[in-house]
Amino acid sequence: MNALTLVLLTPLLGALVLGLIRPPPLAGWFNLGVSAVSLGAALWLAWSMALVSDLPGELIGPSAGPLAGQVSAVIAGSITGNIAGLPFRVDAFNVYLAVLTAFVALTTSIFSRPYMRYVLKTGRIGQRRLRTYHSMYQLFMFTMLLALTTDNLGVMWVAVEGATLATVLLVSLYRTPEAVEAAWKYFILCSVGIALALFGTVLTYFAAQQVISDPADGLNWSTLYSQAGRLEPAVMRLAFVFLLVGYGTKIGLVPMHQWLPDAHSEGPTPMSAVLSGLLLNVALYAVVRLKMLVDGSLAHTANPHLAGYLLMGFGLVSFLVAGLFLHRQRDIKRMFSYSSIEHMGLMTFGFGLGGPLATFGALLHMLVHSLTKSAIFVTVGHAAHIAGTQAIEKIRGLIRTQPAVGWSLLIGVAAIAGFPPFGVFMSEFLLLTATMKTAPWFTLALLSGLAVAFAGLFRHLHPMVYGTPPEGQKPVAANMIPVAIHLTLVLWLGLAIPTFLANWLDRATGLITGTRLL
Amino acid sequence: MNLSLLPLLQQLVLVLAAIVLFLSFVLLAQNRLISAIHAFAWQGALVAAVTTVVAATGHIHHLYFSAALTLMLKAMLIPWMLHRLVRRLELERHTESLQSPTLVTMTAVALVIFSYWLVLPMIQEELTFTRNIVAISLAVVLIGLLMMVFRTQAVAQVLGFMSMENGLFLAAVSATGGMPLVVELGVAFDVLVAMVLFGVFFLQIRESIDSLDVDRLNRLRETTGEAPDEPQVEAQ
Repeated sequence: MNALTLVLLTPLLGALVLGLIRPPPLAGWFNLGVSAVSLGAALWLAWSMALVSDLPGELIGPSAGPLAGQVSAVIAGSITGNIAGLPFRVDAFNVYLAVLTAFVALTTSIFSRPYMRYVLKTGRIGQRRLRTYHSMYQLFMFTMLLALTTDNLGVMWVAVEGATLATVLLVSLYRTPEAVEAAWKYFILCSVGIALALFGTVLTYFAAQQVISDPADGLNWSTLYSQAGRLEPAVMRLAFVFLLVGYGTKIGLVPMHQWLPDAHSEGPTPMSAVLSGLLLNVALYAVVRLKMLVDGSLAHTANPHLAGYLLMGFGLVSFLVAGLFLHRQRDIKRMFSYSSIEHMGLMTFGFGLGGPLATFGALLHMLVHSLTKSAIFVTVGHAAHIAGTQAIEKIRGLIRTQPAVGWSLLIGVAAIAGFPPFGVFMSEFLLLTATMKTAPWFTLALLSGLAVAFAGLFRHLHPMVYGTPPEGQKPVAANMIPVAIHLTLVLWLGLAIPTFLANWLDRATGLITGTRLL
Repeated sequence: MNLSLLPLLQQLVLVLAAIVLFLSFVLLAQNRLISAIHAFAWQGALVAAVTTVVAATGHIHHLYFSAALTLMLKAMLIPWMLHRLVRRLELERHTESLQSPTLVTMTAVALVIFSYWLVLPMIQEELTFTRNIVAISLAVVLIGLLMMVFRTQAVAQVLGFMSMENGLFLAAVSATGGMPLVVELGVAFDVLVAMVLFGVFFLQIRESIDSLDVDRLNRLRETTGEAPDEPQVEAQ
């Protein structure tokens, strides 16, 4: 048993067992326990990764470290190995996302236990649906961790599609006409998008076959990356367009974002937290991995930065459009899902910009955005319980009714809007600095976009936290520990990024761009 | 591009692929659901046939397996599931004509030309066969997409999605000699699970709007007027 097997096996087995557990309180606790074990395993994986030297050319034998056994080799800062015949690759880039995924999964499961019990008590779902919920929650985690750690582009596709399939029933969990509609939209749009990504994958495989001798290796990212310069540029260019549109649908890039606000607003709140905080990251991760291949392939053509320009274009449009849409939202969860689109757009732009500084900023932004946004969704879940509705104009005076919830919402939104002491400010600052260096004219668009988004968030937020509470509004039992942990972490990251984390992100930056920042 | 110079088996693959494309047009313009499901089943069977021929030409053994898989899944299991659902939802006599069939068909023709144009710079001269097959598969994928846009009936949309998958399979099999087996199995598994979920959703949609016309799923939009429905979800 090694760390990677444990990371993948825990949620999978958890999903199976949770499908069988009948009593709701037990299922909630079990879900929490499984998530905790997953986080432990992910930390173990990260630890063994930290021990790996990333000097190129260094090869450690199969018996080294805690990953002994099935793991075959350690190549240039990555651990590669086979589990059940499938190639896996763990490096600085995906291990940090795996830890983040496991961490947010744990804190969200802490929140979801009492929340879903409350939902059960209100009679909006029965015990059977609660069982589906818990089982699919872990299955969703499994697909995301699989997509992150696999080395095979085909398996990555299967896992990302699997993530859609696992969550689609959760979006329609409440079976209201709105929820069913949201789920159908989510299902259709993401399936179609991801089908286009499969076409891109097939084209990549086709390009690989011309240069790689063993067809079984033709979809392995590591092999492809080492041969990237020889991949046929014309094929890779076409492939990347399909891959970007496909995985971009999952990132929520405008104009393929239509599913995102619906799915986030109609599903149960814990689901919104993990969809927004984690799934979008995984899709972006896939795009960045593929961009690395395409960049290698196009390096000697007339237009070597084509992939980067595409990302910048899509990213900037998403960023600006979502910022404007924030203003006209009437549903609180819808509003924050537009804020997610906005931030994903910013990250996509950052990765498109390329260069160590922008990439470092985008990686940091992935981290702080996930932490902040999931904290906000957890708070919003409580706020909606207090007010009895998700309509923004009916949520009033949260600070007076329940200070913990009101202040959390206020601090969370201040953090996500990019106010100074928080981590989001740091990463946005880095991204802006990088933009000023390489593409100064875009700074203007970014700054005005940030201002528009800030105004959009605060004009809705202000009456919600400060206004006069309606008659008879009572506080609810709220567990604010996950929110507190997340916001403290975001604050910490804004004040001082710990050295190990900075090194970690720097290693990922080195992996993606070829040059390190620090 | 002289097709008659290609080996006979490759010519056979091209002919079969052309029929797959033709069936995409049939699917697109088919008014009766049951007939559309039959057309889809035939399309799946043809993709399986293409797979077998490619396996025979290249002596690629695992392709025989994926041919069998395609035949079972695309030509039998999924059409059968759809058939059952249609009967259960009492839609056997359901007919739905496209708003403007001429426009849709012309768009589909344009998509075929577009696919050929897209792959034009892609491949060196000697790969006539691959270029054709990639263009045809891309056209099948895009026509599937077109069908999902223009059809408002949920079952017809699912057929469009499934025929997109057929196009993808065609590309994977004939241009690359099949993806690694584990990927193919994974994709097939995903498609199967998706089909089961589609079935669940037909029932849920039917329950919530009493119809399968997804154009009537229009409660969620960017509201400018009145607020979203009353004590919506999170109610006490």
